[in-house]
Amino acid sequence: MTEEIIIAGFGGQGVLSMGKILCYSGVMEGQEVSWMPAYGPEMRGGTANVTVILSDNKISSPILDTFDTAIILNQQSMDKFESAVKPGGLLVYDGNGITRHPERKDINIYRIDAAEEATKMGSTKTFNMIVLGGYLKVKKLYKLESVIKGLKKSLPERYHHMIPVNEKAIHRGLEIIKEVATVN
Amino acid sequence: MEEFVLMKGNEAIAEAAIRAGTDGYFGYPITPQSEVIEYLAAAKPHERTGMVMLQAESEVAAINMLYGGAGAGKKVMTSSSSPGISLMQEGISYIAGSELPCLIVNVVRGGPGLGTIQPSQSDYFQSTKGGGHGDYNLIVLAPSSVQEMADFVGLGYDLAFKYRNPVMIQTDGALGQMMEKVKFKPQQPRSKKSPDWATTGKTSDRERIIITSLDLDPSRQERFNEKLQVKYRTIVEKEVRYEKIQCDDAEYLFVAYGTSSRICQKSIQMAREEGIKVGLFRPITLWPFPYNEIREMTGQVKGMLSVEMSAGQMVEDVRLAVEAKVKVDHYGRMGGIIPSSEEIVEALKQKIIGG
Repeated sequence: MTEEIIIAGFGGQGVLSMGKILCYSGVMEGQEVSWMPAYGPEMRGGTANVTVILSDNKISSPILDTFDTAIILNQQSMDKFESAVKPGGLLVYDGNGITRHPERKDINIYRIDAAEEATKMGSTKTFNMIVLGGYLKVKKLYKLESVIKGLKKSLPERYHHMIPVNEKAIHRGLEIIKEVATVN
Repeated sequence: MEEFVLMKGNEAIAEAAIRAGTDGYFGYPITPQSEVIEYLAAAKPHERTGMVMLQAESEVAAINMLYGGAGAGKKVMTSSSSPGISLMQEGISYIAGSELPCLIVNVVRGGPGLGTIQPSQSDYFQSTKGGGHGDYNLIVLAPSSVQEMADFVGLGYDLAFKYRNPVMIQTDGALGQMMEKVKFKPQQPRSKKSPDWATTGKTSDRERIIITSLDLDPSRQERFNEKLQVKYRTIVEKEVRYEKIQCDDAEYLFVAYGTSSRICQKSIQMAREEGIKVGLFRPITLWPFPYNEIREMTGQVKGMLSVEMSAGQMVEDVRLAVEAKVKVDHYGRMGGIIPSSEEIVEALKQKIIGG
């Protein structure tokens, strides 16, 4: 199995940490992983994205132009990465702030209103974990316990009291993700 | 048994530095390398091993702190990125001219000048052909993964002390910023012994030890130069390192190091799906360069494409190695742009196979 993912949104949405948790989940299951952030001018403009590769085999290039999955969390990222999903691939997006919804007919599209749900849950910081839960519902990559272990590894110990609320958010994501269109 | 952790390449260098028993790190922050000094500041190495971590007032100061520390026989290192490394060149030449060991990490960004903060490999000439003045060479190691970023710190120190010569790890912004899993070697204690050439204070039973790169007598200076050249020839003979990937049946060859070598491995998969048998020759030591090993490949392959994030620097060494026996060309991107695997396959077709 090799899964090539771009996660893209605003800085502060937890894009980079979501990628890191995915990577650590992979490490927990003995996989090879790579995490390549955009650290240049884009970052300084307030957007954030990270390329994550999870694989049973050694990873060659950590830098990619096309992806199996795009997780898109703002309009700029939709404009930039909708076309980068491989045919038959997956696009997961949060509808909040999206003015132009995805239009591709050759990919699987799922929507998750995680921003809205995070507000309802009373903790906007769990936003990225709701998205992660939704993604893992569609792509059953890892056992939930590996993801929780990955979460523990990613968080400094002083934040470990936040693990239960993050776990709850992952579960919420599993429940609320909605299919928009599929090709298979 | 140590377990795998996820870390950025820059952080892996910093952790490996503590574990290798470094006595002193001296540096000045610059993107895309600042995580080295940030990690060291947070890791409190003075509490773990007694290691000194100092943010110098400038790169010029930092390299001269290395000069002093190395002269006292200590394991010392610095890290910077391209413009900062340019500032250090005078000091690097002095350290080479004084035959002192130290480790210098260059997390390369695009140039010239301030250039860009994005990854590049355009400092190859500077690292391998001098950079500073005078007839000297650095041993230059080029990691291509976060694991190698960590491993080459220990290797770098071993080579530096074995040959009393500065060692450079030449990496780039992509490897510095990306996370992969990495396993560290156990903590090595800082050395309690000083090498016999170190200036640690004169005792009554021996002559003064003088460390200098100055000798105004030309004949003595020439003898010293000859001695250096003997040392460099030994390094050329013994320390060439490289990796060959999918070369057994290769009809064409990519020659690439660092980030470019990773991208080329994806290009190999793509090209082989189209029936093009291409392999990768990855120099691990950029100096000493694997001239002989690349020349040997000319008996097997029809052409080589040197892939670098530069205008074409290493390609000159590939051409020297190949002695015009097969076609050699260069493909690269500049200004902080990383070439895509697709572009590289296309370049191979146009410049080598079709050309």
